[in-house]
Amino acid sequence: MSTTTPASTEKVDERLVKASPWKKLLGRPELGSVIGAVAVFIFFMIFADSFLRATSLATVLYASSTLGIMAVPVALLMIGGEFDLSAGVMVTSSALISSMFSYQMTANTWVGVGVSLLVTLAIGVFNGVMLTRTKLPSFIITLGTFLMLTGMNLGFTKLISGTVSTKSIADMQGFDSAKSVFASTFSIGGVDFKITIIWWLALVLVATWILLRTRIGNWIFAVGGDLDSARAVGVPVNKTKIGLYMGVAFGAWISGQHLLFSYDVVQSGEGVGNELIYIVAAVIGGCLITGGYGSAVGAAIGALIFGMTSKGIVFAEWNSDWFKFFLGAMLLLATLLNAWVRKRAEASK
Amino acid sequence: MARFRTWVSIAVAGALGLSLAGCSSTGGKRAEDARKSQAAQGRAAVDTPRWTFAMITHSGDGDTFWDIVQNGAKQAATKDNINFLYSHNEEANQQAQLVDAAVDKKVDGIIVTLAKPDAMKSALARAEKAGIPVITVNSGSEIYKKYGAITHIGQDETIAGEAVGKELNKRGKKKALCVLHEQGNVGHEQRCEGAKKAFDGKMTNLYVEGTNMPDVQSSIEAKLQSDTSIDSVVTLGAPFAATAVKAKEDASSKAEVDTFDLNDKVAQGLKDGDLGFAVDQQPYLQGYEAVDLLWLYRYNANVLGGGLPVLTGPEIVTKDQAAKLQEFTKRGTR
Repeated sequence: MSTTTPASTEKVDERLVKASPWKKLLGRPELGSVIGAVAVFIFFMIFADSFLRATSLATVLYASSTLGIMAVPVALLMIGGEFDLSAGVMVTSSALISSMFSYQMTANTWVGVGVSLLVTLAIGVFNGVMLTRTKLPSFIITLGTFLMLTGMNLGFTKLISGTVSTKSIADMQGFDSAKSVFASTFSIGGVDFKITIIWWLALVLVATWILLRTRIGNWIFAVGGDLDSARAVGVPVNKTKIGLYMGVAFGAWISGQHLLFSYDVVQSGEGVGNELIYIVAAVIGGCLITGGYGSAVGAAIGALIFGMTSKGIVFAEWNSDWFKFFLGAMLLLATLLNAWVRKRAEASK
Repeated sequence: MARFRTWVSIAVAGALGLSLAGCSSTGGKRAEDARKSQAAQGRAAVDTPRWTFAMITHSGDGDTFWDIVQNGAKQAATKDNINFLYSHNEEANQQAQLVDAAVDKKVDGIIVTLAKPDAMKSALARAEKAGIPVITVNSGSEIYKKYGAITHIGQDETIAGEAVGKELNKRGKKKALCVLHEQGNVGHEQRCEGAKKAFDGKMTNLYVEGTNMPDVQSSIEAKLQSDTSIDSVVTLGAPFAATAVKAKEDASSKAEVDTFDLNDKVAQGLKDGDLGFAVDQQPYLQGYEAVDLLWLYRYNANVLGGGLPVLTGPEIVTKDQAAKLQEFTKRGTR
């Protein structure tokens, strides 16, 4: 399997040495999570008799996709070396803005969807600009945004709608076409799949392409790996970070519209705590908490592990009280496995 | 390391010694076991096949009220030879996914709460398509039919609120405080709304952070200190009644504390006169009846309620009934 370096006096530049495919595989950030996902799948295959039904797998995929749509941009942000604690409530904000704008203005729902995209992206820009201007840690900045959004979600909804949830927009123009984009189901061989799965896969593909095939991807790895060196070689650090926060906002917008068009009414108090789940998915998928390392595919597999566990416990008929315990144990195990695989890969280079 | 080991062995020996020497002659596990032996014993009393019923609620983690609902459901499940599954999530879309999972499992019956009804629409439509009978409990009394449920078991929150308003009038109260411990809960809003409607005096709402007891206490305290004319405090959940009593004492206010729902502490409080009255919606009954009625539907196609929801409350509990109820609240069935 090993490559033979030409035994000539010429020194070959080490960056041009061809690595064997096996070593390449070992060096991938998502390897640990793939092993974990296979293990979890086999585990529930044995212990939950209805887990392997096509309809069950569709439910698992749906649960994974609603999380995965957020886990992918959050993973990119973490590779860039930052956090976003406002990601969970931003989803709810996005849905609320869309719903209330359409209802109050009696506008076509697509107008609300567009306005929601602009406002949500603006929240992302706010996070990014605050971070780059103040030089405060992103943990603090987005913690502030998280609290402000939580309050605004409740406050504005109560102020505008008079109750804690929005009014239904199901009878308004454009609802059906928007629903088909964000919350429809399609059948493959008699099994219903939710469209969020398509969104999820598309996001994974786009994010992976950005990371591995574009200049922007190099910038993301650079700002997460070593900020000062990145700045020194001319990477537009601030633009990159603001862009990453906008990416998370874009994910929040898709998730928010999905919530709205699935249920046509939004509860204003939801989304709190989900931001940590997104981070968990990204970390299980091989992202380093310190930045500079990770992958979008890994985050997607992290989301898949989460979906399999949360629904697998139901299929296995276990008490869901233990779910959080399993999740925590899995986070630790996955992180240890990832660290071990990375060490092996680096040692064998 | 050796020193550490010595400490550990001292600690272990100490703990063992204390637990052997310090027996309590009152309360504790032994008293609980004695009470349990008086509670109903479980064995199937029917010869129907073993069906599987799944209950999916909007409860958060570790909730007293839903524990009692589960106790009732499990009792009925034992009697009716049912394999009973319980799952819960406070996020609407997660709850809908749990219903989806139950449909995938092809269970024989589903019990669900409609606190956030719109989120459950598609999941319940799937259940209907799969031919699984659905009973709604606790919340959703005005819409359960639209969602294809065979019946609804619970208390109408507005009616329960009105009962509180009337009871306050009876007690000659003039200014009341309604303490909402969950921002965004529609049922809670309806309770305070109903109480406000039936109450002749003035009623104001106070929002507190229910997951943070010290915050609940300080908020109520601040409110009572800033407005000394408040003569009654209504809390919306049993665990918050005791906290409101503490807050009242610290603020040295004369207000009477009343509450929705019941638990052991509330029964004790009623007995001691710390609390005025409690409005019980009998959660045990909600769980028990839901399983039992599903069983009846599968066994005999019976439906209770005649097209109207089956009400389990409101029942006003005062000092007079508290002593009797306490043996049941201790057992975790009231």
